[in-house]
Amino acid sequence: MKILVCISKTPETTAKITFTDGDTKFNEDGVQYILNPYDEWYALVRALELVEANGGEVVLGHVGPAANDSIIRKGLAVGAHRAVRIDADPLSAEMVAKQIASHAATENYDLILCGKETIDYNGAIIGGLIAAELTLPYVSFVSHLEVSGSEFTLTRDIEGGVEVSKVNGPIVISASKGLAEQRIPKMKDIMMSKRKPIDVIEAVSTDPTTTIIKYSLPQGKQGVKMLGPDDMDELVRLLNEEAKVL
Amino acid sequence: MSVLVYIEAQNGKLRKASHELAYYAVKSAAILGLDCCGVVVGDCADIQDLGQYGLTQVEQLAPNANGDNMTIAAAVAGVAQAKSASLVIFGHNSIGKSLLPSVAVKLSAGTLSGVNSLPSTDNGFTISKTVFSGKAIATYEMHTPVKVISLMGNSVKPESSEVENVTINNSDIQIADGTIKVIETRREDGTVPLPEAELVVSAGRGMKAPDNWPIIDELAEVLGATTACSRPVADIGWRPHHEHVGQTGVAIRPNLYIAIGISGAIQHLAGVNSSKTIVVINKDPEAPFFKAADYGVCADLFDVVPKLTAALRKFKEN
Repeated sequence: MKILVCISKTPETTAKITFTDGDTKFNEDGVQYILNPYDEWYALVRALELVEANGGEVVLGHVGPAANDSIIRKGLAVGAHRAVRIDADPLSAEMVAKQIASHAATENYDLILCGKETIDYNGAIIGGLIAAELTLPYVSFVSHLEVSGSEFTLTRDIEGGVEVSKVNGPIVISASKGLAEQRIPKMKDIMMSKRKPIDVIEAVSTDPTTTIIKYSLPQGKQGVKMLGPDDMDELVRLLNEEAKVL
Repeated sequence: MSVLVYIEAQNGKLRKASHELAYYAVKSAAILGLDCCGVVVGDCADIQDLGQYGLTQVEQLAPNANGDNMTIAAAVAGVAQAKSASLVIFGHNSIGKSLLPSVAVKLSAGTLSGVNSLPSTDNGFTISKTVFSGKAIATYEMHTPVKVISLMGNSVKPESSEVENVTINNSDIQIADGTIKVIETRREDGTVPLPEAELVVSAGRGMKAPDNWPIIDELAEVLGATTACSRPVADIGWRPHHEHVGQTGVAIRPNLYIAIGISGAIQHLAGVNSSKTIVVINKDPEAPFFKAADYGVCADLFDVVPKLTAALRKFKEN
């Protein structure tokens, strides 16, 4: 099997979110970056498991500048065989999907995997856009995936339950929690990852679709009102009369 | 030109999200000075209920048991083209998120998923959404002539106006056979799915053991709330993964979020801090969650929760 795993760079989950340039730019000062958890923990690891069982290779696909190679190396340390970096700043979901699709159209991938969403812009649609660009079937939020020949059996998370489906590959899926278990690379894997190839390819040109013009922080709480364990009638009254949520 | 909204039906009835979607679409159309039209797959017994928000026309697509999300999206894109839609709206849930991308590509549209505000045309077409899993809000300008967006649940509160009649038009656009065969759908009955829930009762490691959950279930039942949990208890298998709310789980914005035995790590807060009102029950006075709460009870949850359930039961009975 030849599998493409699309990976994204995101601020680490405890990063403090601040802005610069009159709240028009994300402040990167002191921010640690990680591989997007859904891409690393679930999409990549399940891809590795499939290749370990069936043979083949796992290729990482990333849209970003050379500075992001350190993030790509993390994916190589987890076990991907090689990587393709499309040399451009990721500007919008449409733009990233077009870049990945343009690369994938020239290779015969049996499966293209993405995380279900990035933890920074929370779009959750890149996988679907890639599938639509390539006119391949798309199954989102997959928490279980089995392959038999060219047939995929997928369990997809839906609100309050799951949906099980079958489809013949090649397909595009987005990975949600449960698809695999996170793997921690060993020192040897990290050393090995430095020798794995990252092919750099030129971006295709796209028109701008969306731009962020302003950031703001959510309104903070006014301060917590503390109640004792025997004041539950009072809490219910406050929820009803003050907060008006009952 | 028009605004097209995808109305979600399930088992021949409107899904809860469809009310908010219809209201949001009509409001957006008013801002943009456009007509508003709905599109629904299959018969929907209570579709006239959407007339109360001012939605007056709905295109109905005939269901195809062999269709899939790709072919439904193709049909919806066909309706959007027939209606010259410049804005197409989906719910930001498993249905919308699987249709939106394909519709957007077919319409060469720009996308924004998970919006939480009405659009503004004061300075181009601008609209906002939460980013960094709820830690911030970003305002976007969308440049494309056609835009496809999804609306985060509980972003606007639907208000009824004069009740209008909804005209249903059987669309001649067909849903083609697809390649993805759904072989089984399993749903827990009776509960409102987390992203749509207005009331959520959530519990974490403070519960000590999975056998202790009946007090949470009872509180949720009396309140009419959906249950949720923190990441650690989902990871160790005490609770199902789909209950996990937080940065790497489901992001929610209910009216009321009651957090029981959850310390409030930044990753958990990210997924729930858009909740309108937060109640925190925790015996550790240093629990960071109290800083993000509206109401707090610093005491043993095994003492507090049954008392809260009793107080709510008394309130409901009156």
